[in-house]
Amino acid sequence: MPYKSESEVTWKDLEIGSIVVEPGSAEQYSTGGWRSQRPTTDYSKCNKCGLCYIYCPEGCIEQQEDGFYKSNLFYCKGCGICAHECPKDAITMVEEEE
Amino acid sequence: MAERVGLEISQAIGEAARLANVDVVAAYPITPQTHIVEHLAELVADGELDAAYIPIESEHSAMSACLGSAAVGARTFTATAGQGLELMHEVLYVASSMQLPIVMTVANRALSAPLSVWGDHSDAMSVRDTGWIQIFTESGQEVFDNVLCAFRIGEDPRVLLPVMVHLDGFHLSHMIEPILIPEKSEVDRFLPPHKYPLPLDPEKPVTMGAFAPPIIYMETKKAQEENLQASKKVIMEAWKEFDGVFGRSYSPVESYHTENAKTLLLMMGSYSQTAMTTIDKMRDEGKDVGLVRLRLWRPFPTNELREAVKGADTIIVFERALSFGGQAGPVCSEVKSVLYNSDSRPMIANIIGGLGGRDISPAGFEEIINRGIEIAQKGSDREYEIYGVRE
Repeated sequence: MPYKSESEVTWKDLEIGSIVVEPGSAEQYSTGGWRSQRPTTDYSKCNKCGLCYIYCPEGCIEQQEDGFYKSNLFYCKGCGICAHECPKDAITMVEEEE
Repeated sequence: MAERVGLEISQAIGEAARLANVDVVAAYPITPQTHIVEHLAELVADGELDAAYIPIESEHSAMSACLGSAAVGARTFTATAGQGLELMHEVLYVASSMQLPIVMTVANRALSAPLSVWGDHSDAMSVRDTGWIQIFTESGQEVFDNVLCAFRIGEDPRVLLPVMVHLDGFHLSHMIEPILIPEKSEVDRFLPPHKYPLPLDPEKPVTMGAFAPPIIYMETKKAQEENLQASKKVIMEAWKEFDGVFGRSYSPVESYHTENAKTLLLMMGSYSQTAMTTIDKMRDEGKDVGLVRLRLWRPFPTNELREAVKGADTIIVFERALSFGGQAGPVCSEVKSVLYNSDSRPMIANIIGGLGGRDISPAGFEEIINRGIEIAQKGSDREYEIYGVRE
């Protein structure tokens, strides 16, 4: 199916058996909308150990050019594992506001 | 030239799969299985059929293996019955919603408990809503022919759906009948090689059965339903073409002596063979009775049924399955819902019988017809009655 945003796709747009023919198209699916809390990092405490990056079950934490790590909020579901695992307590989960 | 051979119908089905040149047969080879896959196992072992035969550990796995086989574009066949169909249940939905054209024959049997391996339509009715094309047959030849048609229909690029061909357990599956077995060249003329348009292929990867959140799930179901309903046109085409090649014609609804009939007996499956004898006798006695048999069960032939029963005052729906706690058997519910909004609404009586292999004689069908007429005229304290049960 040619990529349309999910709210635009009609039943007639679907491939046979709703087969997905474009590899990697799940990348276009925003899972960040499920989040009720977002991780925020106090970079003055961060020692760039990368444990948040290793533990993130979504693989949505990326190392920046300056060596610090940042969550991609398009995918981050707000599970809080990064905050729980951070040995420096640099990551805090903050309520998402509407 | 076709050859007329005396064969057990289960073996004839195996021959049909052989002539269709199936690539994969995945089946659970133990009870409640029939001789269908036993015969196919022999054909493969003897080198008469070049196919992968997968004797698998359960029906759930058998249907799952069929999914994989159909997904790579292989022509896929399996067979089951009764409890086996029950065990396949959840995978049946996957086959239809992923549009994988598997052909399966089901020797219809009663369900436990108590344990019964004899025939009725309880198993078929439990898979009514699984999204498969479903054909009910009356005789060995009809099963054989419709196995060939099932490949042709299911694999048509406009359809791509799994097809179930139902045959009555024992009354058909274990009977020996003369069957016209066509030449391979004739079958090849009718049944082109299968080419699934989007198979699993490492060179061109696709995702089948992906995750669908609420924002897209309904669209997938609407597409599935539209496709199944639209398949009727292709089913009719395939039957017409089958007639052209083999000279035997099939239609969604079969009528027997329905001309000017005020009372119609309506049913599915092989008991209609007995009922025809009854209709002949009652017609000879001057009674205006006829017989209607539903061959196509899914997609339901709404217009064809309305047309077939036009002019009748009374319809007696005889069926071999109970809908426990319901107000009619599954076939009668469907017939009533199709006729309720039609212009002429006949009286409909529902009689259930033949459960767990209980035979019904021609005299029995006469009793059923007479009781149905009585119910239509005087009413009954039940929406349906069970025929032949000892009080």
